[in-house]
Amino acid sequence: MSTVDHTPSESAPDAQKWADVQASDDFAELKHRLRKFVFPVSGLFLAWYLLYVLLADYAHGFMSTKVFGNINVGLIFGLLQFVSTFVITTLYVRHANKNLDPLAEKLRNEIEGDGK
Amino acid sequence: MNESSPILNISIFGVFVIATLVVVIRASRNTKTAADYLAAGRAFTGPQNGIAIAGDYLSAASFLGIAGAIALNGYDGFLYSIGFLVAWLVALLLVAELLRNTGKYTMGDVLSFRMRQRPVRAAAATSTMAVSFFYLLAQMAGAGGLVALLLGITGTGGQALVIAVVGALMIAYVLIGGMKGTTWVQIIKAVLLIAGAGIMTVWVLAKYGFNLSSLLGAAVDAAPKAGEKLLGPGLQYGATGTSKLDFLSLALALVLGTAGLPHILMRFYTVPTAKEARRSVVWAIWLIGIFYLFTLVLGYGAGALVGPDKINAAPGKANSAAPLLALELGGPILLGLIAAVAFATILAVVAGLTITASASFAHDIYANIIKKGQEEDKDSEVKVARITAIVIGLVSIGGGIIANGQNIAFLVALAFAVAASANLPTILYSLFWKRFNTSGALWSIYGGLIVTITLIVLSPAVSGKPTSMFKNADFDLFPLSNPGIVSIPVAFLLGYVGTILSKDKADPAKQAEMEVRSLTGAGAEKAIAH
Repeated sequence: MSTVDHTPSESAPDAQKWADVQASDDFAELKHRLRKFVFPVSGLFLAWYLLYVLLADYAHGFMSTKVFGNINVGLIFGLLQFVSTFVITTLYVRHANKNLDPLAEKLRNEIEGDGK
Repeated sequence: MNESSPILNISIFGVFVIATLVVVIRASRNTKTAADYLAAGRAFTGPQNGIAIAGDYLSAASFLGIAGAIALNGYDGFLYSIGFLVAWLVALLLVAELLRNTGKYTMGDVLSFRMRQRPVRAAAATSTMAVSFFYLLAQMAGAGGLVALLLGITGTGGQALVIAVVGALMIAYVLIGGMKGTTWVQIIKAVLLIAGAGIMTVWVLAKYGFNLSSLLGAAVDAAPKAGEKLLGPGLQYGATGTSKLDFLSLALALVLGTAGLPHILMRFYTVPTAKEARRSVVWAIWLIGIFYLFTLVLGYGAGALVGPDKINAAPGKANSAAPLLALELGGPILLGLIAAVAFATILAVVAGLTITASASFAHDIYANIIKKGQEEDKDSEVKVARITAIVIGLVSIGGGIIANGQNIAFLVALAFAVAASANLPTILYSLFWKRFNTSGALWSIYGGLIVTITLIVLSPAVSGKPTSMFKNADFDLFPLSNPGIVSIPVAFLLGYVGTILSKDKADPAKQAEMEVRSLTGAGAEKAIAH
C-alpha cells in the first residue's frame, strides 16, 4: 500500500501510465494552454495592482485630482481594479471552458478508462 | 446608542442560532465517513460553495472594520478591500483547481504529495494551525468588542462570558455538523450579510438621489477635520515614509495571503470536481467584489449620516460605524438585524477555522504521521478531528478572553503574512516547479513562518508604542508592523535555495503523477452519493 496517501480509487493507474501521459503531446498542449494564459495574466494583474498601490501610497496629489463632481482619479482607479478583476475572471472561465476542459477530460478518460 | 435595544439584538441573534442549529443537525444526518465529516462528502455545488467561501472570507473585520475605516479614514479604508478582492485572482488562476485535483482534505495533502510525507505534513500542519490560530484569536477578540457595542455589556466578566458562549456554540456546530453543517452556516450567514449590506447600500444611495458624488460631498461636509482629504489616499497611511512602506507591505500580504489561507483552501475539497471548484471561486469573486462595493457606500454613508465625532465617541469606535448607520437608517430593528448578522459572521468564521485546524491535526498529524496512513479515512480519524475541535475551541475561548481588547487588525495581518510567506510559495513551487523537493518545501514553510513571526515580535505592533501589545517594553527593532515586504520574498528565496542546495532529488514518478493529476483531474477524489 505504498500509494495509500495519494490514490483514492481502486482503478489507480500505475507510475508508468502517469509518466506516459506526462510525455504525451496532448498533455504538453494542455499544460501549454494553461500556462500561457495563467502566467502572463497573473503577472499583468499583479503589476496593475502594484502600480495602483504605489500610486495610492506615493502619489496622493495625482490620485486626489477631481475628474467630475467629487469623483477623483483614485476612486476611478480603485473601481477599475474591481472591473479588471471581474473581467479577468470572466476571460479565464471562457478560456478554461473552451480550451482546457475538453482536453483535460479527454486525457482523464484515457487514464481512468485504462485502469478499469 | 440610546435607541439600541440589547434584548431585541439578543432575540434576533437567538433566532439565527436556533435556525442554524436546526440546519446543522439536519445536515449531519448523512455524515458518516471522514470524507463526509471533513469535506462534506464533496457534494456541494460550485455556487453553494462559492457563497460559503464568501461567508468564510467576509469576516467581521471585513464588514465592520472596512466600513469603519472608510467612515473615519476615507479612501485608505477602501484600499484594504481592493487587496482582499484582487487576491482571489491568485486563487482562481493558480491554485484552486490544481489543489482540488491533487488533494483530499488539507493543504498538507498537496504540499506533501511528491515529497517525503512525514516532515512535509508536519510542516504543513504547523503552518495551518499557526495561521488558523492567529485568525481565530482575532475573531474571538473582536467578539468582545462587538458585544460591548451591541449588547451594552462593558464589564470584562460579561464580555468573557459572551466569548465563552460564542466559542461553545462554534464547538457545537463543528462537532454536530462537521464540514457540511459548517458550510450551511457559512451559506446562511453570507446570504444574510450580503443582503443586509445591500439593503443598507440602496437605502443610503436613495438618500442622495443615487448620486455617489453627492454622497461623497456629504461625507466631506460631515468631517470638518479630514475634509477633502477623506476622498483621496493618505489619511491613514500617508503620514511618514515608514507608514507608507508599512502599507505597501500590508498590500503585498493581502494580495498573496488569501490563496494560502488554509480555511479557504479546504473549501475547495467540498465540491465534486475541479470545474466546480472554479465555479465556486467565480461566485466568490462576484459576491465578495459586490460586497466590498457595498462597504464603500456604507463607509462614506456612515461618515455622512452619523459623522466621525459620534463614531469615535461610541464604544468600539470605527467598528461601530456600520451598526450606527443601521440605527440611523432603520432604527433599533435594523440595528438588531445588523448586529445579529455581525455575530453570525464571527460565529461562522470561527467554526470554519476550527474545522480546518482540527482536520489538519486529524489528517496530517494523526492519520498520516502518527499512524503512518493506516488510520486514514477510518472512524478514528473523524474521532480525532472531533476531539481536536473541542480542544481548539477551548483554547480559542481562553485566548479570546486574554486577547480581548487587543488590536485585532494586527492579528489578521499576521495571519495573512504567515499565509503569504509560509504557504503560498510552497504551494506554487510544488504545483509549478518540477525540481522542487522536500528540503525546499521545509525551508520555505518553516523559513517563512519563522521570519514572519520573528519580524512581528520585533515590530512596533508588539512593543515600544502606546498602541503596542506590550506598551512598557521596547524591543521594536523592525520598523514595520507588517512583515510581508521582507518575509514573502525571503520565503520564496528560501524555497529556491533549499531545493538547490539539497542532495535529495525530486521524485520524478510522483512529480509526473502530481502534474498529470493536477491538470486533468484523473484519480481525483469523487463526490460521495448518499
